[in-house]
Amino acid sequence: MDLSAINPVLLIASLMVAATPLLLAAIGELVVEKSGVLNLGVEGMMITGAIAGFAAAVESGSPLAGFVVAAVAGAALSLLFAALTQVALANQVASGLALTLFGLGLSALLGQRYVGVKPPQMGRIDIPVLSDLPVVGPILFAHDVILYFGIALTGAVWAVLKFTRAGLVLRAVGENHEAAHALGYKVVRIRTLAILFGGACAGMGGAYISLIRVPQWTEGMTAGIGWIALALVVFASWKPWRALLGAYLFGGVTVVQLNLQAAGVAIPVEYLAMSPYLITILVLVILSADKSSAPASLGRSFHASR
Amino acid sequence: MSTSALLTLDGLTKAYPGVVANDKVSFVIGTGEVHALLGENGAGKSTLVKMIYGLVKPDSGQMTLRGQPYEPAEPRQARADGIAMVFQHFSLFDALNVAENIALGMETPPPMRDLAARIRDVSEAYGLPLDPYRTVGALSAGERQRVEIIRCLLQDPKLLIMDEPTSVLTPQEVEILFQTLRKLKSEGTSILYISHKLEEIRALCDQATILRLGRNVGACIPAETSARDMAELMVGTALKTPERSDRTFGAVALAITDLSVPAPSAFGTALRGLQLSVRRGEILGVGGVAGNGQDELLSVLSGEVTTARDAVMFDGQPIGHMGPTARRALGVLTAPEERLGHAAAPDMSLTENALLTGSVREGLETRGFLKWGVARSFAETIIKAFDVRTPGPENAARSLSGGNLQKFVIGREVLQRPEVLVVNQPTWGVDAAAAAAIRQALLDLAAGGAAVICISQDLDELMEISDNFAALNEGTLSVPRPTAALTVEEIGLMMGGAHGMEVAHV
Repeated sequence: MDLSAINPVLLIASLMVAATPLLLAAIGELVVEKSGVLNLGVEGMMITGAIAGFAAAVESGSPLAGFVVAAVAGAALSLLFAALTQVALANQVASGLALTLFGLGLSALLGQRYVGVKPPQMGRIDIPVLSDLPVVGPILFAHDVILYFGIALTGAVWAVLKFTRAGLVLRAVGENHEAAHALGYKVVRIRTLAILFGGACAGMGGAYISLIRVPQWTEGMTAGIGWIALALVVFASWKPWRALLGAYLFGGVTVVQLNLQAAGVAIPVEYLAMSPYLITILVLVILSADKSSAPASLGRSFHASR
Repeated sequence: MSTSALLTLDGLTKAYPGVVANDKVSFVIGTGEVHALLGENGAGKSTLVKMIYGLVKPDSGQMTLRGQPYEPAEPRQARADGIAMVFQHFSLFDALNVAENIALGMETPPPMRDLAARIRDVSEAYGLPLDPYRTVGALSAGERQRVEIIRCLLQDPKLLIMDEPTSVLTPQEVEILFQTLRKLKSEGTSILYISHKLEEIRALCDQATILRLGRNVGACIPAETSARDMAELMVGTALKTPERSDRTFGAVALAITDLSVPAPSAFGTALRGLQLSVRRGEILGVGGVAGNGQDELLSVLSGEVTTARDAVMFDGQPIGHMGPTARRALGVLTAPEERLGHAAAPDMSLTENALLTGSVREGLETRGFLKWGVARSFAETIIKAFDVRTPGPENAARSLSGGNLQKFVIGREVLQRPEVLVVNQPTWGVDAAAAAAIRQALLDLAAGGAAVICISQDLDELMEISDNFAALNEGTLSVPRPTAALTVEEIGLMMGGAHGMEVAHV
């Protein structure tokens, strides 16, 4: 056992990378749930985004183009969900599960040609002076642009929900869709837009795994991150900054346990492998013991009847 | 008083598949006039105001606002034209605060801090004090209504539509609301006032239009028309008032002594120091504004919430620890307020719903197997005895209108020959004829020697049928007093007075 092989600076830098896919997916789903829709298809949209982004990056040679395509692919898949649940009034739970299964199958089909291919590398942002700082430099100022985008998105979602009229209307729709309709807000339109946003975020989260974190394509490579994102939204009490905290905690424990495995700690691998899930859920359950609760219309279908 | 027409409706028609909600309805609302819209449930009042507010598009007919054609495509446009609406079922968002709720109803709300200041100003000017930063979920029904009214007032409306505004208020709160409305009227605002409380309309309104089955069947000046005449116009036939026969009270059938129960949820009410007893042949009326412990009281009586053994006594026998089924076996039956979901399972048939509460007393099962034939004939008996309008007992509970389902739910309990019957809001949302039938059934039941506890927010109903009256206020029950000797003022004070409201500063 050799713990000295673990470099704390690299550890923190890599936990941010490990957390970003989860953060992106969770922030998207948070917005969807705030509008009163429960989309269980996050995993399916992520894996679709992962293969779509991977293919686009390989074909075009530009990782950024890959992320754009991944967002579009995730949103396109979520549009299917929106059509089912908002227009055809299908059950949201069943539609979400179907979306996940569909996404997993579709991505496996699309990805057959890309197994073993190396994607183009995403450049890191190199800020003169700042990136060269000891300790702080590698941790904070030497990442790819998508990672910063994820943090900025968290802040933007928080600010929009809290300070803007658009955010207020979104929360109102999720809280009581009948009242929102009576006041003249377009419930279905607002929810569809939220679903599309959630799909785009999940797609980018998936592409982050296949283009940056791993980076390669294997079938089913999202490995349940979409489900963790769903749980994260609930345990974060639908609060963006708490979702960020949860994502970093999950990423952190994942990276630490991998390092511990590599260092040969005398704990069975199975316990280490399950630790990120356990610790994240435990901490968030303790945090979510306050009064804030789910949007009151979450998961309920809306139809403007007479 | 009304100098010129503000809004003219001409031949408005709206049909839904299978039913014509409004059939060529025409009338005129004058400037600065309080206009009453009267009608039974299902007469088309809600559809009509939804058309005025832009939520529903008429199939044919025109509206004219201040001489201009008026065709609101959506509520936003109606609000821009100076039309505001206070909804019957409050259109509020529980998890948001007062200021956020009000901002949602405005086109271009000012920044939150200015809005909060304006809410304080307007609410105090009209005698409806409100804290803009309180969460709406924690407000009482009267306070929630204030939020809705202030949301409308901030837009400086020319026409204020109020859909059944007083059903959740104490008499004192109603009086304060009326003063606010009269102040608005003196400022030139027109009010379209929907209600089926006729005495209120006589006290407040200048003109009344009466709808029946979607048609305009008459107009009158309420101050010059008796409540009975208006009621008969609404119903279309002569009204039958329930008859009270002389009853003698027997032994105490059900008694609660010094019972306190903590609140079941964050927005529930704790019951404190409850004392109650009801004799055979007696109808005890329990009044009070919604949310003061009615649901909690019902669940203590039904056995959904169990208590200490001795806290609830039936015929001198402790039943506080028993669940609903054991109490039903003894003859303590209940009919809760919420029809869909509490009193009946919406997607199950009437036969199945009859089985759900009737199986114990009517012997509808043997050793866990259901007797469908007997259950079906029990359901048919209820349908026949209580005039439930439905094609048959195989129809789902959800398919019945509110009033018909209410008749079924009450009938199901009454026909099980209860020793004690507890009902909550027995005639809620039921039209006048059916309400009279239900009240008559309760009176007959008491005359037959059963004890009845009637929890209701309809004071007229309690005055009509109950022998003794007690009021629930914030989880405490007042000492019951004989109904015949009570005045409306006294009842209002028993219900907790005006709950901190004050008269408008004119």
